[in-house]
Amino acid sequence: MFNRDHWQEIFQTIQKNRLRTVLSGFTVALGIFIFIVLFGFGNGLKNSFKQFFLDDATNTLWVYPGQTSKPYRGFKSNRRIEFENSDLKDIKDNFNFFLEEITPRINRSDRVRYKGESDNYSSRAVAPAHQFIEKTIMMKGRYINEDDVMNKTKNIVIGRLVAKDLFKDEEPIGKYLEMGTSAFKVVGVFQDQSGDREERLIYMPYTTRQLIEKNNDKINSIIVSYRPELGYASALIFEKQLRLFLKKKKDIDPRDNNGIRIRNIADQVKQNQQFASVLQIIVAFVGIGTLIAGIIGISNIMVFVVKERTKELGIRKALGATPKSVIGMVLQESIFITTLSGILGMISGIALLGKIGDRLEQFFIIDPYIDNFTALIATVLLILFGAIAGYIPAKRAARIKPIVALRDE
Amino acid sequence: MGDSSLHVLKGIDLNIEAGELVAIMGSSGSGKSTLLNILGMLDLADEGEYRLDKVLIKGLTETTAAKYRNQFLGFVFQSFNLINYKNALENVALPLYYQGLGRKIRQEKALEYLDKVGLKEWATHLPSELSGGQKQRVAIARALASQPKVLLADEPTGALDSKTSNEVMGLIQQINNEGKTILVVTHELDIAHMCKRIVTLKDGVILEDQKVEQVIVDTYVQ
Repeated sequence: MFNRDHWQEIFQTIQKNRLRTVLSGFTVALGIFIFIVLFGFGNGLKNSFKQFFLDDATNTLWVYPGQTSKPYRGFKSNRRIEFENSDLKDIKDNFNFFLEEITPRINRSDRVRYKGESDNYSSRAVAPAHQFIEKTIMMKGRYINEDDVMNKTKNIVIGRLVAKDLFKDEEPIGKYLEMGTSAFKVVGVFQDQSGDREERLIYMPYTTRQLIEKNNDKINSIIVSYRPELGYASALIFEKQLRLFLKKKKDIDPRDNNGIRIRNIADQVKQNQQFASVLQIIVAFVGIGTLIAGIIGISNIMVFVVKERTKELGIRKALGATPKSVIGMVLQESIFITTLSGILGMISGIALLGKIGDRLEQFFIIDPYIDNFTALIATVLLILFGAIAGYIPAKRAARIKPIVALRDE
Repeated sequence: MGDSSLHVLKGIDLNIEAGELVAIMGSSGSGKSTLLNILGMLDLADEGEYRLDKVLIKGLTETTAAKYRNQFLGFVFQSFNLINYKNALENVALPLYYQGLGRKIRQEKALEYLDKVGLKEWATHLPSELSGGQKQRVAIARALASQPKVLLADEPTGALDSKTSNEVMGLIQQINNEGKTILVVTHELDIAHMCKRIVTLKDGVILEDQKVEQVIVDTYVQ
């Protein structure tokens, strides 16, 4: 089966029958190529989906102050609610059971200067827990710590792109940036999966921000995370109780839905997970579909190939070819072509996916990829089915009487 | 034949000795091709006995039949049946490939037989570059290459003009003179008379079986 003569014979038929070779090779290469690209795109879709929704910690409640819509206890309606530092402490004290982390957030925009460079950046004044909730990844240095909060230090943590914009190739850690009217020391550089916007942020201790702004104690919003093992139902209870607690503290009518707004990520996560699994099913469906199309394609071509060769096989049989050698020849030829072109299609598919990277971000496809195992299985499957599809007509061709095959025109 | 079976031969009793040159004659439908195909193991007889060199040919598996075809029989067809993507030399070497001979020996032998039919210069040409007569000579070389006991020719001159027919028949006579047993199926009387014995079939039975005075073809030129 593996002697040199045998392969020489096969190479000759491959070489001398270009159309047939190209046709079956192209079908397999294209089939596997499309499969890999589509599958990769599906994964790319999932990637951008993850980036949109699953970047932040999922066991969090985002609490925003609103505007009351009902008068209550001598307060007029349309009163603007504000959070302050005591709210943080009260939540910590009262929800010890649920609570994991808590951080305030004050959003501002600042003119930032370093040497000749300057630009406007959004800043967030936060507590150390914010790192965990936002899933901020430190590249260099450290995040805001308790010490910073306690001493109201002028330390800041800047995003990767801020560092790139202002410092170019310079080492940012330890350098001072002019921000508004004060100088801040850079203590860390971070990156974030959520994309460019997140990496153009500057973090500072919330107490420092309050100190700059006339030493007030105002907070824009509060983010709390609860212990993840509590699960979805407990998260809802926590949300309900927290809302009630804050309404009571801020003298808001309990029936007023506008005073406090809470975004519960658990709720969103549940929906998103459903969406993600639908996406997964679509990706799998598309993948299997393409593969089946490829299998049908190669099967058709194999039937055609054997049909085309009927007379040749008849001649070979008349000259003493055994059925086994006829089948072997047809099969080995087809397996050789499909393997070679299958691998070619696989490699070019993977290469294309690798080249795409984030170029199709506007179509919500980010870093499309296919794991090697799936790619290999798909290729092997296509080759296998190509072989099976070739075997059946080859076997039939080997069985017909040579005289019938010879009469075939 | 095909899928519907037809009762073509109805009792043939024929004995051919080694070294004979026999013409099987008959009009179309007389069963001459069927007889040849059975003798060539390309087709099977429903009943009766066929002995080739004292070996009973019966109930063969496809693999054994292939082996016998390869070792004992050489075919020459009306439509040449050369493999169109192989050149003359490769076509002649093909039965040797199925005999399991090495590449070098195959090429040497194939060239030797091409030389024998006067086509050594044409070894590297594809069938499409050869004339009808040349193709048939390549086919004859291919049939001889495996050194078969019997050469079976089915209307070998059917697709050729009379001059080329004579050339091909001259070659067949020459091969026969060297001792090879040859059966030629034909419906042309003059071709039949170039053989040494004529068996005439009609409606599946032997009508006539006679030894004849062989017409020697002298127009055969190398």
